[in-house]
Amino acid sequence: MIKKVVANATEALEGVEDDMTFMLGGFGLSGIAENSIAELVRRNVKNVTCISNNAGVDDFGLGLLLQKKQIKKMISSYVGENAEFERQMLSGELEVDLIPQGTLAERCRAAQNGIPAFYTPAGYGTEVAEGKEVREFNGKPHIMEHAFKADFAFVKAWKGDEAGNLIFKGTARNFNPNMCGAAKITVVEVEELVKPGELDPNFVHIPGIFVQRIYQGKNYEKRIEQRTVRK
Amino acid sequence: MLDKNGIAQRIAKEVKDGYYVNLGIGIPTLVANFVRDDIEVEFQSENGILGMGPFPLENEVDPDLINAGKQTITARPGASFFDSAMSFGMIRGQHVDLTILGAMEVSQDGDIANWKIPGKMVKGMGGAMDLVGSAEHIIVAMMHTNKAGASKLLKSCSLPLTGVKCVTKIVTNLAVLEVANGKFKLLERAPGVSVEEIKNATEGEMLVPNDVPEMQL
Repeated sequence: MIKKVVANATEALEGVEDDMTFMLGGFGLSGIAENSIAELVRRNVKNVTCISNNAGVDDFGLGLLLQKKQIKKMISSYVGENAEFERQMLSGELEVDLIPQGTLAERCRAAQNGIPAFYTPAGYGTEVAEGKEVREFNGKPHIMEHAFKADFAFVKAWKGDEAGNLIFKGTARNFNPNMCGAAKITVVEVEELVKPGELDPNFVHIPGIFVQRIYQGKNYEKRIEQRTVRK
Repeated sequence: MLDKNGIAQRIAKEVKDGYYVNLGIGIPTLVANFVRDDIEVEFQSENGILGMGPFPLENEVDPDLINAGKQTITARPGASFFDSAMSFGMIRGQHVDLTILGAMEVSQDGDIANWKIPGKMVKGMGGAMDLVGSAEHIIVAMMHTNKAGASKLLKSCSLPLTGVKCVTKIVTNLAVLEVANGKFKLLERAPGVSVEEIKNATEGEMLVPNDVPEMQL
């Protein structure tokens, strides 16, 4: 079996440097790579570009990197929950590229699947389309979007085995599977790391070929942004 | 005049048996509360669930189960989870039958603006550009005028666009309108609201048929 298991986040993030581009899974705070983010904070890498649907909240998720001014540029679809983000963006300290959510997901998937570019109708006629090639298919205009290029993808899965096979849980899945194999090195943290054979291959969401490093995460907080209940 | 729940209640009548529906944040989320019990409808949330159920009981709350508004939710029997690329495949591929979303402005050509106020508010478009770029049937749920009293139904949008020529129907606190040949067409009046009041609150060109019935909720 190809060795993918590493002891902890410190070992998993070996090779992470300033000025790199990272992909980070998660939707809001659901399914974020809590341990890898903490390690990015500890390593204090600077000037990084983060591809992530959201930017966390002020004191959790990617908000922790924003606080320490580690992020040069964010590529996201929605950043509404973070006051420090807004401050850095409006003051010009932080570069921000806001792109449609489906385009963000597909640019990850394209990178994973070896597709350099694709056409989508999302954003046609808006400022998102500025400077992009427009082409008509079936009478409808589409804009060309490119696959992302990233150095590391930081993914969170529910269960994984030592071969790197992954299973996600609920809506914590979100962008995580699309980012596996979409960067040069994919680092996955899991809530439960098991021996090969313990995951039923029929229920594997992401095969281990897309994963370079996997480790057992710890102390998951899994913070809820909008706890909403019925009586 | 309708309140937010009234708008949601009227839109719920547009939801048909067998529809897969994507509900945006705000008033659209309320639509689920008013869909008839005797039809089968599945709600999609673009963060990766089809078959979204009601909010959980206190002891059912799961941080790994949220909707696109980041609220905790439940999954109905028959629900499924999927990744974001597949979720937007459902949307872009027009497998979702109906999209209901909010707006800051709509133009008489069916353009919509709902993601940015330059210099003031920049939260991002989330999935809205993908939704309006592909959906065949888009209903906008919004108040007819903004907080300053200015019309949100315009000749052309002043804010950065989310999509062009895409809105098919608009339900506001005053009226139901459709976009037809570059004009708003008035279809129904909200209870107690006159055609005159709707005209006064609508900046864009509006076709007014001889008989404009009052909404049935």
